Amino acid sequence: MARELTIFDDPENVNKVLKAFFATLVVLLILDIFVTRHAHFPWEEALDFYPVYGFVSCVLLVFIARGLRALVMREEDYYD
Amino acid sequence: MTSVPPALIFILGAVLLPFLRGRTRSVYSLLLPTLAFLDLLAMSSGSSWIIQFLGYDITFLRVDRLAMVWGYIFVIIAFISNLFALHVDKKGEIMATTLYTGSALGVVFAGDFISLFVFWEIMALAATFIIWYGGREDSINAGFRYILMHIFAGLCLLAGIVITVVQTGSIEFNYMGLNSIGSLFVFLGFIINAAVPPFHRWLPDAYPQASPTGAVYLSAFTTKSSVYVLARAFPGTHVLIYLGAFMTCYPIFYAVLDNDIRGVLSYSLINQVGFMLVGVGIGTPLAINGAAAHAFCHIIYKALLFMSAGSVLHMTGKIRCTDIGGLYKTMPLTAVACMVGAASISAFPLFSGFVSKSMTVTASALGGYVIVWFMLQFASAGVFHHAGIKVPFFTFFGHDSGIRTSDPPRHMLAAMGIASFLCIFIGVYPAPLYSILPYPVDFVPYTAGHVLSQIQLLMFAALAFTLLILSGYYPPEVRAINLDADWFYRKWVRGFLWFINNPLARFGKLTEKIFFDLVPRFVIWFTTLWAALDLKIIDGIINGIAGITIWSGGKLRKVQTGDVQSYATIAIVGVTILLIILMGYA
Repeated sequence: MARELTIFDDPENVNKVLKAFFATLVVLLILDIFVTRHAHFPWEEALDFYPVYGFVSCVLLVFIARGLRALVMREEDYYD
Repeated sequence: MTSVPPALIFILGAVLLPFLRGRTRSVYSLLLPTLAFLDLLAMSSGSSWIIQFLGYDITFLRVDRLAMVWGYIFVIIAFISNLFALHVDKKGEIMATTLYTGSALGVVFAGDFISLFVFWEIMALAATFIIWYGGREDSINAGFRYILMHIFAGLCLLAGIVITVVQTGSIEFNYMGLNSIGSLFVFLGFIINAAVPPFHRWLPDAYPQASPTGAVYLSAFTTKSSVYVLARAFPGTHVLIYLGAFMTCYPIFYAVLDNDIRGVLSYSLINQVGFMLVGVGIGTPLAINGAAAHAFCHIIYKALLFMSAGSVLHMTGKIRCTDIGGLYKTMPLTAVACMVGAASISAFPLFSGFVSKSMTVTASALGGYVIVWFMLQFASAGVFHHAGIKVPFFTFFGHDSGIRTSDPPRHMLAAMGIASFLCIFIGVYPAPLYSILPYPVDFVPYTAGHVLSQIQLLMFAALAFTLLILSGYYPPEVRAINLDADWFYRKWVRGFLWFINNPLARFGKLTEKIFFDLVPRFVIWFTTLWAALDLKIIDGIINGIAGITIWSGGKLRKVQTGDVQSYATIAIVGVTILLIILMGYA
């Protein structure tokens, strides 16, 4: 039997990953001020357009999917 | 001309397969794609292998830059998949995958409608066998549903081809454009095969039912052959832009809900093909390059994702989110391969999806397609959300399922290693890929603004996932299925069968009763009535007629065997007699 990795069994390590992740997010938000884009549309120039769009998209995605599940979820033997 | 059609190498190669075993067969199955690759390298533009058939020129090898992109990637992925499947011992399955590869290459290099159609049908049939060899609970039924859908697509294509050939008198397969009833049918056949909603359910229905290795082949060839034929015959067809954009968004909701990891991957496959169709629909050189480049990259990372899911299934026998989790502990290399695939499909900078998808998205911006652009960005964030995070998270991290296993055998790891390497290599150094695209490339993916935009979009999509998981709002994994467009035909067909078995059958019985029971009885009754009138001479005659009616009624009833063959035979005999009579008159 192969060696077992247990690095994420320790909640401390999970916390470290999360902290690094949140720090990256903050850096990304700040970088937006300094980097210039070859924008095709005016709204791309707006401050932090991409982060907001990415976040809102995925929250909407999950909300709509939850609604959809209420509509379409069936037992696994539905067609049998 | 020294090259042979690569299809020939695989299709003839498949004939020898059943006679080989063990190491010889392993070497042989890697030799076929290697030979085909050398064959491709020796190719030069133009048409060859032209055969006269019924007065038409059948062109088996039409080489140009568009075909070569698909030729290269199909052969590369055949090598990787064959390596991944070296342990497979079912001769039938190996033959099916080899024929499948060969016929897909046949489609790519077909210069005319007839050979295109023949290879197209072989591809559908071979894919059905791959599904049937899946050995999963629902493989057999899913295979039947698959073949029915593809026969329908094939018939649309055939109808379109017949109409087009009759109208134009030429069987050449080239740019068509959506401008006649014939081209409409051809188009319909192609988009069903590309899994455009609402004709998409055959894909997430059947692919998760294939074997761990079979799904890798399936993910590569069928839909991407469709992208190729659409790019060949319908570039710049605007309806494709909107079909494609819809196709990028619609499946991701189902991908969020699906419990089967390979089901999630199937839905994200449809989403990715949507990007390619948008590119084909826009039709500018940049957009066609984008579609071709994306097909190339997509085939590799999608195969990589299916290989990592296949490895999990191969080692644990399980692949549902509810059954697995925490597998990074004992399958670390598979987990890394999966995450490379996930980063690539999400188009993270330095991974292959980034250098290809951005071409299509840029083309949509340059074309001024505002709504489409927003949809593509939404789909980009969404694909990262489900294929980029959900797949690795629920498989390798998430809750610990308690399963302890190990990484798969060496050849499977090697196949995933090669695919991972290619994903990163193309992402870091896209020049070789750009050099084989149909049009000269004047596109720079790595600008500071573009890289930052993409990372921001993806990381904040990840933030949404993290917050929703931590808050417990993320839809929990449950053992269930989700109704999709197939509900209409799977449930309505039942209604139709009920109609045949009940009202229609009753009507049939009623007709039988009237003509074989009531009418003869009435005649008998009628004759007895006459007899009662004591007309002995007439009596005899009428009794005779009644007898004949009953006798022929009985004979006729026996003819109703319900056997299609006998009906067909009777019909043919009848038509023949009719013809003889008619010809006699003439």
